[in-house]
Amino acid sequence: MAKPAVLTHPESLKKPAGPSEFAKHPVNAALSKAEKVALYTKMARIRHFEQRCIRTYQQGKIGGFLHLYVGQEAVAAGTISLLGKHDHIITGYRDHGHGLMVGMSMNECMAELTGKVTGCSQGKGGSMHYFAPDKNYWGGHGIVGGQAPLGTGLAYAVKYKGLKGCCLAYMGDGAVNQGAVHEAYNLAALWDLPMIFVIENNGYSMGTSQERSTAHPGCLAKRAEGYGMAWDVINGHDVYEVRAKTDAAVKRAHEESKPTVLEIFTYRYFGHSMADPDKTYRDKEEIKGYRENKDPVLLFENELLDEGVLTPATRDAINEAAMAEADVAAVFAEESPDPTVADITKHIYWEEDNRGPNSTSRGTIIFE
Amino acid sequence: MAVITYREALRAAMREELQRDENVVVMGEEVAQFNGAYKVTEGLLKEFGPKRVVDTPISEAGFIGLGIGASMLGIRPVMELMFWSFSYVAFDQIVNNAGNIRYMSGGLINCPIVIRGPGNGGTNVGATHSHTPEAILASHPGIKVVCPATPYDAKGLMKAAIRDNDPVYVMENTILYNDKGEVPEEDYIVPLGVADVKRVGTDLTIVAHGRAVITSLKAAEILEKEHGVSVEVVDLRSIRPLDEETILASVRKTHRALLVEENKPFCGVDAQVAYIIQAKAFDDLDAPIGRVSSIDAPQIYCKRMEDEQLPHAARVVAAALKVLA
Repeated sequence: MAKPAVLTHPESLKKPAGPSEFAKHPVNAALSKAEKVALYTKMARIRHFEQRCIRTYQQGKIGGFLHLYVGQEAVAAGTISLLGKHDHIITGYRDHGHGLMVGMSMNECMAELTGKVTGCSQGKGGSMHYFAPDKNYWGGHGIVGGQAPLGTGLAYAVKYKGLKGCCLAYMGDGAVNQGAVHEAYNLAALWDLPMIFVIENNGYSMGTSQERSTAHPGCLAKRAEGYGMAWDVINGHDVYEVRAKTDAAVKRAHEESKPTVLEIFTYRYFGHSMADPDKTYRDKEEIKGYRENKDPVLLFENELLDEGVLTPATRDAINEAAMAEADVAAVFAEESPDPTVADITKHIYWEEDNRGPNSTSRGTIIFE
Repeated sequence: MAVITYREALRAAMREELQRDENVVVMGEEVAQFNGAYKVTEGLLKEFGPKRVVDTPISEAGFIGLGIGASMLGIRPVMELMFWSFSYVAFDQIVNNAGNIRYMSGGLINCPIVIRGPGNGGTNVGATHSHTPEAILASHPGIKVVCPATPYDAKGLMKAAIRDNDPVYVMENTILYNDKGEVPEEDYIVPLGVADVKRVGTDLTIVAHGRAVITSLKAAEILEKEHGVSVEVVDLRSIRPLDEETILASVRKTHRALLVEENKPFCGVDAQVAYIIQAKAFDDLDAPIGRVSSIDAPQIYCKRMEDEQLPHAARVVAAALKVLA
């Protein structure tokens, strides 16, 4: 069982001196130049989509809560880039990055934020509730930690069907104190499920720092030992490291049908949500430090420039294209229609949406 | 037709569905090795093995959530809650997840899960184990709730629930588990949302569900013998979906309605039924709608008083005579 040195946020603020020690890890060495460019492109697309969301929000076109993924891109990008046909993911409400990584379009993602019928959930889910089951993405869940048992059920189903696959259930550092997460840990370990719990530790559960929310705050992943589960901690600013260490967990799930807890250190540049003015619980210097020294997109960009995979020109073209794509999505969302009043009562029950002679239901199910 | 118990009828439904569909899994606390806390699942482990009949730890939020997640990928879990009262520790999974995922995904996902177990008072176990959450759960669009009162309905509704592609919560009753009745041996289902007229009458309609149906049938006997009143008893069987037409047809015939349930009165199932009757059959009514619920307090432990707290035949008779006055 891995027992690496514990990383804490302030100590990890130094700029890396050289290339990632995980660049030559087999899972990264196996990447072609085109695959590396594609991975960088996906990270850049998440970054630019989220930044375009800020503008759309400030224009008053996005309601409700908007939890941005800026700063955390390497977590979704690194982990999801490893997954195959029978691997599934589920996450909490900071779910845009995962959606774009599995291949959801910026158009459907932006339209969902503006509550339009062209959104991925036809305007019924919003920012916190993205879904793309055709891409093995099971949401987008609003209640902290509530997705952990669901993800464990996805892993159970994969195993029940005899498939070689797994489920990654993402959560924030605030979720580790929820009972549902511990119940999911116990079931995953008890039943040897091909399950990976990914703690995206950005240091703050909303406005409460880890030190103020969590007993034994030095290492959240270590709680796995209480359930006899393997665990690891990962520098989430280095997408190569995320891939290398997640790969071990995926192999453990695929080959041994055993669960793992991964704690990935990361950082969010904006408030908990756009409703958070971000003035009370952390230092501006801290944010600046991460932006300047630990930015996962910039660090990967520098790696690829050094490797000769990217040139300044290709880098600029990728970023310009991502920005343009986000602009197009904003226009698409703007011009798309709202759902109708009649749409409010659709998609509640499968049996109502698919009534036929063999239906198991009759009677009144939607009331006046 | 064979005469079997309500418990055996539920077990037969699960056995037949386990045989019919390899994706059906029975899961819950003590359902396998222990043969079921109330022996509803007795023998299923021996017949189907540990992959299909699964013991869980005491961890309702965990295992119910796991079942919901598995159902999204096409498993059809039949989850036992030892008591529906224990659903309260899994409420986020049962309501927020099972009930909302189809909607929030714009219809991309459905959860074909059954959660079943006893949801009743009257067993002398105090307030924490005596909840009847059918009204609470049925108030959430996305969820279906059924409450069988007889062995025939228990089997037919359970089979329909397992084949249904939405979350269906089956609320059984420990006091009914040993009740016997005729149950066909051939395959049948009772569709959700179809009420059943359990007794035909002309002077008064009693609308009830669950064990209150049995209580109401006893009261109807007394009303006929001692008061010469002909009572029709409508068994809702299904709370959501609800068979409004059968309720309204009966009230239009008898012109008087008494609603009986084992819930507490505030926001009970019958609050909704009363609203429907007054909205759609107001001109047919010859008297205000009457109601009998449990006495409005947490469930009392003392057995003699708990029997008073729940609706019983004498209280139903008295309320019926008031509606008939």
